[in-house]
Parts: sequence; C-alpha cells; structure tokens
Amino acid sequence: MGYVAIKGGGNAIAGAAAATEFLRTNQSLHDAAAQPLAINAVGHQLCRLVDRIVSEGGVYHPTYAALAIKQSLGDALEAAFALRAWRSTMPRLTATPVLDTSRMRLIRRISSAFKDIPGGQMLGSTPDYALRMLRMELLDESPEIFRAFARDWLKGFADDVDADLPDSFPKVMDALRAEGLLPPVDKDRIREAFDITREPLVFPVPRSAALATMARAETGSLLAMAYTNMRGYGDIHPTVAELRVGYLPLLLPHPVTGELAEIGEALITECEVLAMYGADDNGGIPTFGIGYGACFGHNEVKAISMAILDRALQKGMKDGPSNPSEDPEFVLLHVDGIESMGFASHYKMPHYVTFQSDLDRLRTTQSKAGASQ
Amino acid sequence: MSPHAGYNFGFLDEYAKKEIRRAILKAISIPGYQVPYASREMPMGRGFGTGGLQLTLALIGADDVLKVIDQGSDDSVNAVNLRRFIEMTCPGVSTTTRTQDATLIQSRHRIPELPLTARQILVLQVPYPDALVVVEASEEKRKTMHGEADYSRLLVKLYEDIVKFNEITISHRYPTRINGHYVIDPSPIPRWDVPELDHSAALILFGAGREKKIYAVPPYTKAQPLAFDDVPFRVEDFRDEQGRRRGCHRCGCTNSFLDEFTDSSGKKLYQCSDSDWCDGQRRSPRE
Amino acid sequence: MNKVLEVRGLSKIYGPGCASCVESTGPEKETNLCPHCGSVVALHDVSFDLHEGEILGVMGESGSGKSTVVKNLYFDQMPSSGEATFFDADKQHDLFCLNAARQRWLRNHRFGMVYQNPHLGLNFNISAGGNIAERLLMSDLMDYGQIRERAKALLARTEVLLSRMDDLPGNFSGGMQQRVQIAKALATQPPLLYLDEVTTGLDLSVQARILDLILEIQQELKTAMVVVTHDLGVIRLLAGRAIVMKYGRIIESGLTDQILEDPQHAYTQRLVASAL
Repeated sequence: MGYVAIKGGGNAIAGAAAATEFLRTNQSLHDAAAQPLAINAVGHQLCRLVDRIVSEGGVYHPTYAALAIKQSLGDALEAAFALRAWRSTMPRLTATPVLDTSRMRLIRRISSAFKDIPGGQMLGSTPDYALRMLRMELLDESPEIFRAFARDWLKGFADDVDADLPDSFPKVMDALRAEGLLPPVDKDRIREAFDITREPLVFPVPRSAALATMARAETGSLLAMAYTNMRGYGDIHPTVAELRVGYLPLLLPHPVTGELAEIGEALITECEVLAMYGADDNGGIPTFGIGYGACFGHNEVKAISMAILDRALQKGMKDGPSNPSEDPEFVLLHVDGIESMGFASHYKMPHYVTFQSDLDRLRTTQSKAGASQ
Repeated sequence: MSPHAGYNFGFLDEYAKKEIRRAILKAISIPGYQVPYASREMPMGRGFGTGGLQLTLALIGADDVLKVIDQGSDDSVNAVNLRRFIEMTCPGVSTTTRTQDATLIQSRHRIPELPLTARQILVLQVPYPDALVVVEASEEKRKTMHGEADYSRLLVKLYEDIVKFNEITISHRYPTRINGHYVIDPSPIPRWDVPELDHSAALILFGAGREKKIYAVPPYTKAQPLAFDDVPFRVEDFRDEQGRRRGCHRCGCTNSFLDEFTDSSGKKLYQCSDSDWCDGQRRSPRE
Repeated sequence: MNKVLEVRGLSKIYGPGCASCVESTGPEKETNLCPHCGSVVALHDVSFDLHEGEILGVMGESGSGKSTVVKNLYFDQMPSSGEATFFDADKQHDLFCLNAARQRWLRNHRFGMVYQNPHLGLNFNISAGGNIAERLLMSDLMDYGQIRERAKALLARTEVLLSRMDDLPGNFSGGMQQRVQIAKALATQPPLLYLDEVTTGLDLSVQARILDLILEIQQELKTAMVVVTHDLGVIRLLAGRAIVMKYGRIIESGLTDQILEDPQHAYTQRLVASAL
C-alpha cells in the first residue's frame, strides 16, 4: 500500500487547476460563438467590481484587477488576493507627498449635512435611488442599443462642457472648520504616513496606520464592523458632511527640478463624517468629532464604513474601547480579506499530526477519568 | 516557465528579502522574542505557510538544497505546492526529500525525526505565534507580559488543567521557554517534537505570515516546555492496551511519531508520520 | 518598631493641571475640581509613615482621595508627584523610581491588596485555588503539590471550605469572595497589605468575622496594613493610628482613640458625631 492518504499532491494540484480552467472555458463546447472574456469588457462593464479589487488588493492597477477577476472566475476575494500577491514582487520606489483632495476631478459629490454646499451637490452615478428591479431586457441585449445609448447620452452635453467645470471644489469640512465647529488642525501632527506594506502593526498604532489598514480592508468585513457601531454596539451617530468620488491627480517631485508634476490620476472615494460633539482633550470648547474614510475606486459603502470606524477608533484610542468597534486590535486585525479568507481556507489542509496529539490527550484524560469513577 | 519570467529570484523584491533577513538576525539575537515584520502577501493563502515561505525565500540561494514537508510528508499536497513554487521562482535551487541532504528545511507541524545538524536551518510555519494568546487577547498587554517574563497566567492554566483532568491537556503548540526568558508557541508541532528544540544543533526559525512575526531558537539554546517540578512534561504515548510501544506497520520503527489510520477492513494501523524517516528505516533499520 | 513604609508629598492630579490647581482646591475650597483647568486634584501632599505590624486607617467620604492613596502605592496608578519608600528587611525601595518589572515584582512578592470589588482582585475565570496558585506561581513556586498544599492552608486559614477550593469565585457569596481575596493577598506572606473598603456592602455578621480575621492575621504575621474605609467602626476596631482625608488632603492624623474621642477638625467632629 502507498504512503498514507496525503500522498499524490503534485497530480492533484495540477488536476484541480485544470478543472478550474475547464469551468472557465467550457462555454465554447455548446456555444460556437463563445469568446474569452475581454479584459477591457471587465474593466468597463464590471467597473464596480474592478474598483473593489483595486481597493482590497491595495494596488491601483485597474487592468491587472480586471485580469485577476477574469482568472478567478469573478471570485472577489481571490481576485484581490492575486493582485495583492503580485504587489509583493514590486519594490516601493517612492511616495507621493500628501495629496489635496479638493483638487479631485469630481464625478459625484453629496452632503447630507447641508442642502446647499459651496460648489453644489452633484448626484452623478449612484444606485441609491434606483429601483432594484431586474432589467429583463438585458437578458438578451442588442449591441446596437448598447452602443446607441452611450452615443446619445453624450449628445445631451455641449462640446465645451469641460470648460465650465472648476478645477477644485471647496470642502464642506473647511467651511465648518472656519466656523470653529471642528477641532483645529494640529499642524505638528502631520508627519509621514505609516506604511502598512513596510511596517507591521505593533499596537498601539498611529491613526494613519489604522486608516491605511481600513483603506485596503475587505468591504464586507469593514461594513460589518461599522454596522455594529451604527446599530447599537457603539454611539458614533454620524452625519455625512461630504462624500466625494472622482479622479485625484497624483503628484511627484520632478527628478531634476524637484517641482511637483502630475504623473497620473486615481479614482477614489472619500467620505468625511461628523459625530456628536465631545469635550476637547485640553479643556477647550467642545467641537464635532471627525471621521475620515477613503479608498481606491468608487466604493461608497466602504468609505462610509471606514469613516465611522475611524471616528470610533479615535474615541477608543483616547478613552479606552467601550465596544468592539472602538478597539483598534479588534477592528484592524480582522478586516483584511486576504488574511481572513486565507486562514479560513487553511482549515481544509491536513491536520493529522495535531489531531493525533489531540486524540492522545483526550484518551489519556478519558482513561484517568474512567479510572477514578 | 515563461509566464513567470519577469519575477525576481525568490519572488519577493530584494528590499523585502533584506527586511526579512534583518528580522531574522534580530530574532536570533533575542532568542524566543517575536520580531514584527511587514509580512508580504504571497500567492498562496494565509495559513498555508506564507510566513515560513517568506523566511525560506529570503534565505535561499542557488547552492541550497531544499526539503519541504507538511505533516511529516514530502508528498502532501501543500508541501508539493510550496516546493513547486520555490522551484519555479528560484531557478537553480535543488530539492530533496532526504533530511540529511537538505541545507534548508521548511516544515509544517513536524520536526524531522533524524537529528538535524549545524549546517542545516529548519523553518517552521506558524499559525499563532504568541503562546499568551490563550490567556490574553490584547497584543499590547501581551508584549508587556513577555517583556517582564510574566507567564503566571499561562502556568495557572496548567494548574487548572491538572485540577480538572489530572493531566495537562495541551496537545500541541506546547508553550516552551527559550533561554530562560521568552515563552514561545513552537508552532503546532506535537509534544513529541518539543524536546528536539532544546540545544538543537540546527538553527530553528519560526515564521508567522498572517500574524507578521519571526522568532528563533538559535543553535545550542535552552528550550524548556512549561511544566511543574513534580508534574513533568510528557510526549505522546504510543503504547497499546498491554503497555507495549506500537510500531510502524510499514518499517517497524518503535521510536517515531506515529500517524493513526484505519485500513479498508476497519483495522487500526500506525505508521511513521515522517515519510523520509520511514523510508530510511526500511532501507537500513539500524540507521 | 521598624518602619515599613514612608510616604512623602504624594499628589495625584487627573487632567492637564495648571499653576492654580493646588490653591483653588482642597477642604477650604470645598472642592477637588480646579475651576481654571478642569483637572481633579485627587491627592495633594499626602505624607505618613507605617511601621511593622501596625494598622493605619485612612478614612474619609467618597471623593476624599483615600482609595487613590493605596492605588498609587500598589502601582495601579502612578502619582503626579511625591515619594514613597518601602523598607524590606535590610533593603529599601524608592517605589516610584523603580521600572515596571521591579514594581510588578514587589506587587507580586511583597505587597498584598484586597479590593472592595472582588472582580478587581480575583480572576473569575479560574478557581479559588487557581487564584492563589497564580500568586504563588508569580513568586516562582513551581511545584504543583506544594502549590496545592499552600493554597489549602491559606483557604483553611481564611475559613473558606476546602470542598469549594476548585470552584469558580463567581459561585461564592460576597463574604467568601473577600476571604479568597485575603487568602490570595497573603499567599506570599507579604510584609505589607492594603485593604480598600473590604467589608463595604457585606452583612454586619459577615463584616465582623472578616474584621476579626484581619486582626488575627495582623497579630500572627505582624503584617503592616493600610486600611481604607469610610466606616468609623472599622477604623475603631482595626486601626491604631488613623488619618482623615477630605478633598485630597489630610486634615487630621493621630492615634485612633484620640481622633475619635477628641476630633480637632470640624469635619472630623461632624463625621464622629454622625456615627454615634
């Protein structure tokens, strides 16, 4: 007889990979016109999924995110995982200075605190008010109608629509700060951000480490943690001062002149929430508390969840956590999708040796208990 | 393998490898201390040995001979997977299943039965690096406890075990004190393997990928499992009902850690967990 | 008599503190809250000595700072300023200058503490015996049989039924929990014991038996004790000397009999009068 049941690894792994590849390709067996999924189509038509993968993968690379989605058959956790692993092979060469998000090229911007905000509200693309009814006409969509819609929609705008748009939109928070409703920005506390890809979290961690961890957290995990606070295991009671989605210009110093130059842009979602006021640490006048959330891609649920948790964690760091969402170790060590899914999966691996040890202990204690009865 | 061309030797970029090597040096300098490091995401799942793998990739050179085992076996699915990945990303490295030929051994849940030598490094994969986690959930507090070598709460757990069960019930991951100070989680090796840590000739490194810690039992360093003076630490008992030591049904060895399984007729069988050891015993039982 | 503890100028301020904190608070100002910066002056300039085998009573109402005194001396908190010296055989320790590890060593080996709230002094997830074992293990006793015997002897001494030794403290009555706490505090035979409102909230008959136990221990082991209480009866029974605190300051100190028979400070006079 062969060597125990755990043998034969190599062939089994190859077989599993082939079975997965067959799942991806077998459409061609009964559909002669079947085409492999174009990366471009994933990038455009599944853009919200791509947004999620760049954010959770922690690399702004929409093309590779689309590739990851394609090769993982649309499994979001797996896709983010593949992107994150690819990231491990890339050295960090430089870091941008702190970027000013008031310079974002906005595609959407709302405030639930004020009806009128400087620069105006801009609904943009959102499913918020859509009726979630299945659109049966998409079951068999005609390519002509598909193309015509995009063409006609653009015709509704004047050619020089871009010229009317301002370069930057003032931030709602700045107006509130000017009124003295927010704590002043402590200039001394603006230092280099904590880089979670180069330093492990050793608690207590600075706020920037918490923000970075949440920015690449798994959306569902982050939402669940934030929801505990919203529902009753916490008392942040946030108001969304501003939620903005748009393309943020990325700046780097020019290698020769040292002057900041735009090297590209990234789609991001940013959310700032206000929480009920608290006394100032230094005995000053009370102000609103602030929570900040931001992530790659268009992912509003994630940005809002992050902002609420940021507020909760700041509270926990100051006064000690009074519920799980205020505990930095509880939140930050359990929201990463790659880590949690990996560990859940590892339970499928053999544990023969440890189980043998468990059996030994149970049998020994059973026989001792039996002997004494 | 052309699709993988373009990846650096050892997959990780050189900065990442240097960082891991610095953490290793620190871990060796402070035996048993858990050195935090920025664990990278590897292309296999957290929990599948990404911590051990990062150590291996940071250490391996083209002249190394690598052995990868999981549950004592070179042939298990995860061992094969890790070995193939290392072969693919480290061109020129040779691999072996023979413990004595290896310069670098990555293992999950076992230490090879054959005593290791001073020219070998053993890398163990670690799911939970901190032995104190069973008594204290907060890492911040655990760090203070480690710093002050305050392990009384862990010892109370042993006390309570004996009160309740007349036995210490910890089966694997047995808390072990290194060089008289730090207590480590020696990874889910069975108690059988714990004595191998003590004054081992080989350097033993522990890598926790998900928990982002590296620690070490340097060569010839004291490693004592926590126990009471009058209730000694005990390894797994492989005696049958008559008190005879069971042997491996394949090689007949009676001094190795045994896996238990049931054959098609429903009979219980025992076999060496360490497959290379078992093969060696079959070749020359006196080895 | 050998001196065990010398406390000088102990102060504790919660909050940022300011130059006016001290002059704006205290018994004359009828507050411990600084009106300028909002800080709480929990203790200011507290000094006293304690000798071998002596019981010092610290009395006052809630907010007087009496519990803060022992919390600082037991390293549950660090004072804002002040010094305390612990005389241990031929050694002396400057308590607030020690590093955390040395402080923990003293706490585990040479001090004992009994809290009003047994949850602070006991681990409710482990048995009564385990609680005592923990303290013995902290002091490096590593023999299971000896730990069992020591724990049995201590529980027997504090009149806890040995049949309950392996039960969780949560299943015990309040009086019994305090007995376990006392047994735990005594496990390492410390020369110095802090007792913080140990009988508060217990039935009178239970109170009396615990106070008797404390007196017996003091006589047997010559343990020096600091007893914090708001109960004049406890002070009268236990303490040879006492200090009276109000708004973080000591307003009166001396022999217990003297203070109770002939209180000097108006506040103490009211306190004594109301207790009669």
